[in-house]
Amino acid sequence: MLRFALTRIVMAVPTLLIVAVSVFVLIRLIPGDPASLMLGDLATPASLADLRTRLGLDQSLPVQFAIWFGNLLRGDFGVSINSQEPILPLIVSRFWISAQIVLVAVLLASLAAVPAGVVAAWKQDASLDIGLVALATLLLSIPTFWLGLLLLLFFGLKLGWLPVVGYVSIGDDPWRGVLYLVMPVTTLFLHEIGVLLRMARASTLEVLRLDYITHARAKGLSETAVLWRHAFRNAFGPTWTLIGLVLGNLLGGIAVVETVFTIPGLGRLLVDSIFARDYPVIQGCLLFVALTYVLVNLVIDLCYPIFDPRVTAQ
Amino acid sequence: MSPTAPLLEVRDLTLAIRATDRTVVAGVGFAVSPGEIVGIVGESGSGKTLAARAVMGFVPPAVERLAGSILFDGEEITTMAPKRLRAVRGARVGMVFQEPMTSLNPSMTIGRQLEEGLALHRGLDAAGRRGLILEMLRRVGLADPVGALDAFPHQFSGGMRQRIMLASVMLLRPALLLADEPTTALDAVVQRDVMELMVDLIKENGTAVLLISHDLGMVARYCGRIVVMCRGEVVEQGRSDEILARPQHPYTRKLLAAMPLRGPVRAFAEGSTPIVAVRDLVVDYPGRQRFFARSEPKRALHGISLDVKAGEVVAVVGGSGSGKTTLGQAIAGLVEPGGGEILFEGKPIARRESGYRAYRLNCQMVFQDPYSSLDPRMTIGQLVGEPLRLVKDLDAAARRERVAEVLAEVGLTDGFAERYPHELSGGQRQRVAIARAVVRRPSFVIADEPVSALDVTVRAQVLALFLELQKKHGFSCLFISHDLGVVEQIADRVVVMNEGRIVEQGPRDVIFDAPRHAYTRKLLSAVPGLESTRDGGVRLFWRLAQATSP
Amino acid sequence: MRGRAVRLPPLNALIGGVLIGTLLVVAGVGALWTPYDPLRLSFRSKLAAPSAAFWLGTDEFGRDVLSRLMAGAAASVWIAVLTVTLAVVVGTVVGLFSGYMRGWVDRVVMAFNDALLAFPGILLALGLLAVVGANKYGIILALGLAYTPSVARIVRGTVLSLREREFIAASRVMGNSEAFTMVRHILPNCVAPLTVLATSMFGYVLLAESALSFLGLGVPPPAPTWGNMLAGSRPYIGQAMWLGIFPGLCISLTLLGINLLGDAVRDKLDPRMRGTR
Repeated sequence: MLRFALTRIVMAVPTLLIVAVSVFVLIRLIPGDPASLMLGDLATPASLADLRTRLGLDQSLPVQFAIWFGNLLRGDFGVSINSQEPILPLIVSRFWISAQIVLVAVLLASLAAVPAGVVAAWKQDASLDIGLVALATLLLSIPTFWLGLLLLLFFGLKLGWLPVVGYVSIGDDPWRGVLYLVMPVTTLFLHEIGVLLRMARASTLEVLRLDYITHARAKGLSETAVLWRHAFRNAFGPTWTLIGLVLGNLLGGIAVVETVFTIPGLGRLLVDSIFARDYPVIQGCLLFVALTYVLVNLVIDLCYPIFDPRVTAQ
Repeated sequence: MSPTAPLLEVRDLTLAIRATDRTVVAGVGFAVSPGEIVGIVGESGSGKTLAARAVMGFVPPAVERLAGSILFDGEEITTMAPKRLRAVRGARVGMVFQEPMTSLNPSMTIGRQLEEGLALHRGLDAAGRRGLILEMLRRVGLADPVGALDAFPHQFSGGMRQRIMLASVMLLRPALLLADEPTTALDAVVQRDVMELMVDLIKENGTAVLLISHDLGMVARYCGRIVVMCRGEVVEQGRSDEILARPQHPYTRKLLAAMPLRGPVRAFAEGSTPIVAVRDLVVDYPGRQRFFARSEPKRALHGISLDVKAGEVVAVVGGSGSGKTTLGQAIAGLVEPGGGEILFEGKPIARRESGYRAYRLNCQMVFQDPYSSLDPRMTIGQLVGEPLRLVKDLDAAARRERVAEVLAEVGLTDGFAERYPHELSGGQRQRVAIARAVVRRPSFVIADEPVSALDVTVRAQVLALFLELQKKHGFSCLFISHDLGVVEQIADRVVVMNEGRIVEQGPRDVIFDAPRHAYTRKLLSAVPGLESTRDGGVRLFWRLAQATSP
Repeated sequence: MRGRAVRLPPLNALIGGVLIGTLLVVAGVGALWTPYDPLRLSFRSKLAAPSAAFWLGTDEFGRDVLSRLMAGAAASVWIAVLTVTLAVVVGTVVGLFSGYMRGWVDRVVMAFNDALLAFPGILLALGLLAVVGANKYGIILALGLAYTPSVARIVRGTVLSLREREFIAASRVMGNSEAFTMVRHILPNCVAPLTVLATSMFGYVLLAESALSFLGLGVPPPAPTWGNMLAGSRPYIGQAMWLGIFPGLCISLTLLGINLLGDAVRDKLDPRMRGTR
């Protein structure tokens, strides 16, 4: 078990390195002098020269990467061109806004979709199953930015139950903070229900065919015991992995939902920076989300043996 | 219940696929008395598994019961309320499955899985359950029963898992045990051990067994009575010795005729150059890739030497992990040897050596799995014709002619050339694989378990075809098999392998009748031999009976 | 025994096929002809509700929504087709190469590939867009390259699993060269999984392109796409909800069609997952 955990953790290191290299190379692909890109229009010859030495632009590319990477490890992601703020604190504050929406939505979606998927598989081809699968496929097919717009139109504008746009931190005003989160969370929740239900159903079907399920029934166990004690735990592995992927993808794609509801999250920061050509911030956002994605999936991987002890073997 | 009343009585059971109304079990009836072992024998599609599973009320949702009754201990199973049925399952009727890899829950410890049934059906306290489980695990031969309680199934070998499975079922001392091909997935030696354990356990507990199998030899050895099924119907049932000695129904006769019997002894000239000679062959499998290094390589073959003479069939036998498949792959050039030498007509065949080209054109191979050995996107004609691509001086017309000729030889004429592999049965596919192997008229053919994936009667036909072609074209053959019966039928010489080494080799009759090595004796004693009798029947006997029971 | 009547395709294939068929027809027509010029401004008829003249209403500049949807369909389908082609071609070449070479080449290529997969797809596209610039060809390049790693991974996986099949060993025993085996036996057997992948990727790409256009990073206005029409509708959603309803409906129906078709194909390839009917 310890060996399994160590192997997985060590295996994540090269991935993280290559991620860093890719982001570094990506920004260097932009034509022009990196220092003037980093400083934008406000550059003075003196600050340009200063940055050039700091980035090591007179030295070879690997050295430049080493300097950049060293700064990253010390938490120095650079300074935003637009606001002149240090980037890491900026990203972290925006990240929490996005993360709370994503986490709550995925948690609720898992709690609803996984049991529903298992039951659908158990009732395969009955009308309950067909209904659930049809609903899931429908929800899956509605893009979040349109779903958000529809919710906004209906609950915000027509019924006037919920605030239409904007964001208030829960820390500042818990009640209003929650109100502002209801629609974005619901949007993601409804979409991810579709994704997770289908996966939970498919992997449960896969498991229900196996001999050990028949063996469990042949022992005289009730259907409830067979389904939840024997089938569920073995079927949950693939869904668990998918939850990790969904978390990362939502973090990468949350910009559209933040745009619909005008929420100042990480996604919006990235998109605004692309508009503003604020390259240090773009670089920082890409790195930060990719790192989070790798770490989330690492944690998911490390928990996997709970559902399938076989993975620790070898 | 009177002592003579049957424990289980199936009458006129008829099952059909709901959507198509296709009958899969038709009017099946048989009975099992308390403590009796009854075998159901049939090939795939005979309905034997469905009929047996119906006894426990396990009819798949797509199948419906059209007629018939199943009486267990005087109670009707087919109309039983689910709650009552669950009280019968496990407690009164147990079930053992074929595939030890999937019949235990991979995410639950052995202890918990065994405890479940006890907790459900016997009101014992935790300590009492633990005591019973440990006793049973010791009984089925686990070295460390206490450690096994907290272990997961993947930590055990297939044979051990099947023992654990038996423990799990017999713990509840059921009156009836349904065993569906319980040892088919195991090696011959392990197979016999597990079967004998099962027989001992059921005798101790007075349990009756319904044993489902495709293997008539095995069933006849352990069962008092046999039920023969074919296409959903019972064609014949009766006492095992009677059915074996005097089969009545044509299908039973066909099944018995399909069982391999020892073939004639053929003479080969002494001293001639072997067509293929293997000298001190070593094969290592690379170790698992770690981050910057590999773990130690694993040696699969430790210096193998053998000869195959012109026209000779040399069989390589051994259990799984013996290295017999690796040997075949190395000789076929699919695995790079780590040492030693392979000579074809006296010339080394390694790449860039003088014999390479001639060997490539003269060596062909038939694989085990007819579902994987044919490219699914090519027609049969293209498949059989492909080896001719590398034959010089053969124009398109001559190629077509050769393909037609070979397809006729393997009995696939009527338009088969235009069909695709998925349109063919397993037996037909293996005929295609054989046609592809012989189309270039090779002088040497490697056959790796070529009939193991086939049903008994199809196996006999394909084997007969293979032998006929071997005689007609006179190619030499390295025949790799785990099936001693098949080897006894076709081999001229036998090579016995164990753990990457040859433990014994010699003429077939010497190996089968007077084996010297302990492993050979163990292997032979695991599988019953056959002799034909008059009346189209066979007689079953244990080989080396005196050697195994001193 | 009773034979079955004419076998209808399963319902999901039928609905999916109709939806995607309609999309392709609309896109084809939209590329050549639309009821009105999708770019013509007409301030007299701005924000008109659906009527006999403007079936789906007009937008804030008085442009006909139906015409813009048709032109948008043509643009979206064209972008999606080019993007998928780019990803499939590049991904197949990388995957085949990696699976063919095996050994350390394979490990290095796949390490890079997997690291790229560590970026959520849309994020990688956003990063690439920052470099190549937000326009029609930028989007194709960015999305195409963003989806290449997943194609490469699947192709390599297919190649490696095919290599284990006995017909590949049979080809080698016949004396065929590695390259011949690759082209004659392995490549053709990659076509089926690639088709399935390309179909579902068409859906992802269409969605991603709409999302990017919605963010203002896709095809720049005034050229219509479903995504930028939705983005443009946001300020007017209270007074002219048809502006927000119809483009979203188009995207959703297209994705539904793709998902249903994908399910139908998977059911066919892996019939175990359905009942034993």
